[in-house]
Amino acid sequence: MDNLQLKQTANEIRKGIVAAVHSAKSGHPGGSLSAADLFTYLYFEEMKVDPKNPKDAARDRFVLSKGHVAPGLYSTLAHRGFFPVEDLTTLRHVGSYLQGHPDMKHIPGVDMSSGSLGQGFSAAVGMALAGKLDHADYRVYALAGDGEIQEGQIWEAAMFAGHRRLDNLVLVIDNNGLQIDGNIEEVCSPYPIDRKLEAFNFHVINIDGHDFDQIRSAFTEARNIKGMPTAIIARTVKGRGVSFMENQASWHGAAPNDEQFAVAMEDLEKAGEALCQT
Amino acid sequence: MSDVKKIATRESYGNALVELGREHDDLIVLDADLAGATKTGVFKKEFPDRHIDCGIAEANMTGIAAGLATCGKVPFMSSFAMFAAGRAFEQVRNSVGYPHLNVKIGATHAGISVGEDGATHQCNEDLALMRAIPGMVVINPCDDVEARAAVKAAYEYVGPVYLRFGRLAIPVINDPKTYQFEIGKGIVLKEGRDVTIIATGLCVSEALEAAVRLEADGIQAEVVNIHTIKPLDEELVLASAQKTGKVVTVEEHSVIGGLGSAVCDLLSEKAPTRVLKIGINDEFGMSGPAKELIAKYGLDAEGIFHKVRGFL
Repeated sequence: MDNLQLKQTANEIRKGIVAAVHSAKSGHPGGSLSAADLFTYLYFEEMKVDPKNPKDAARDRFVLSKGHVAPGLYSTLAHRGFFPVEDLTTLRHVGSYLQGHPDMKHIPGVDMSSGSLGQGFSAAVGMALAGKLDHADYRVYALAGDGEIQEGQIWEAAMFAGHRRLDNLVLVIDNNGLQIDGNIEEVCSPYPIDRKLEAFNFHVINIDGHDFDQIRSAFTEARNIKGMPTAIIARTVKGRGVSFMENQASWHGAAPNDEQFAVAMEDLEKAGEALCQT
Repeated sequence: MSDVKKIATRESYGNALVELGREHDDLIVLDADLAGATKTGVFKKEFPDRHIDCGIAEANMTGIAAGLATCGKVPFMSSFAMFAAGRAFEQVRNSVGYPHLNVKIGATHAGISVGEDGATHQCNEDLALMRAIPGMVVINPCDDVEARAAVKAAYEYVGPVYLRFGRLAIPVINDPKTYQFEIGKGIVLKEGRDVTIIATGLCVSEALEAAVRLEADGIQAEVVNIHTIKPLDEELVLASAQKTGKVVTVEEHSVIGGLGSAVCDLLSEKAPTRVLKIGINDEFGMSGPAKELIAKYGLDAEGIFHKVRGFL
């Protein structure tokens, strides 16, 4: 996909996120929207996955360590063809397979159940280790939040991944700067994230997480790094694409009402139209 | 019983892993800097590439085991019960239990028989914690023969299994030539009509000895070995309880949430029966030689004998 197609796809994924969270009357739109461009690149460009064979042993793996942004992952998987886009609005409804947090047992394309912060990355490290033990060439990607890395388990996993030189592993950090209680720098600053990860023997790349040139270049660089895992720290805007949600911590875990939903969809429709004219 | 061979079930764990490792390439052993104590060192020596030392990081070890399991490996994650079931509880619950992954938890140094290290390392709550996780199989073997059979059964079973082992060398009471292990199937070791003693782990041999002393006093105790706390052998427990009308449970675990609670949960619903729970009574352990602690907490044959007499 070229950048325009990626942008258009990401815009559709954002619509799916907003529709799903609106229908659920709960959920986490802010971080889903901040990570939407990263999700798009991973599933439409970077990763070797087959929606018709989601359990293919040779596939690349993805673990959503910041599991609360399930709407972002689900919308991406749906648009990639793992399940019907129409199902997105069953999110969080009783009886729906689209659980509030990723459930690998019931959702096609979900490689690991997650949601309790800090845990998913360890599972991704285990997958990368399995790949090394089997001399398999699949790659493993994990997406963590910048607030999530306050969890100690992230650093246990990082220490292990660096020690084991897991160069088939990429940790992406959605650095939108906000967590439930406010600005990450005010709550309990994880900065400097890059120097911390370098000290844990990661190759670190800082990018703008909404710039597809930079995203593409970072993932390409990661493929060529040998002997150490890569961390991509993606600076993003929480709520990106929906005017009233951007940079608002309050939209971490709240659903838009009908009126707000209409505004959000209008924002995204306009963004889509603008992309058609470029 | 001085001529009886004694082996700690943690030794059985390590030895069984080596035997299984020779047959199955997908078996991976994980440790958190305790390979010497969990007795997986023998596996590490024979299969260095399949032994993963995660360092002192049990939460991460649990997640790594989960990730390995999603890729078709059969990981046995090893640590002390305090850390495997205690510290890593939420990782076991959410990263292993919820996705029902094929992870085996080899938890050694369970209960007060840890001995001198004292209360911080004596986990008397692990059975309660693990039992509460949906879909978790919980096994507490009583000797070397049963422990090795349990490890093999855990490997063959697809899904999460918690295996509880001890630090203390305990008598080998089962005959390896005739012993048969099946997950969820209890074993009647001695038949009786006056009282049912249901024991698990190292308390099984003590209960058998107590039964011999009760017999000398004219009391016919039925002794049942429940190695699988979950799923509980309901049929066997109900049948024995209905036969004797009185049940005593014995475990090296808190009386809250372990074998005694599992038996009471069943009986209160399906066959109300008087039950005496022998175990650790809502208190922490303490330092001391393991054998002395077992006697102090009334879990030896002498203690069981007196408590059963008092109960009847």
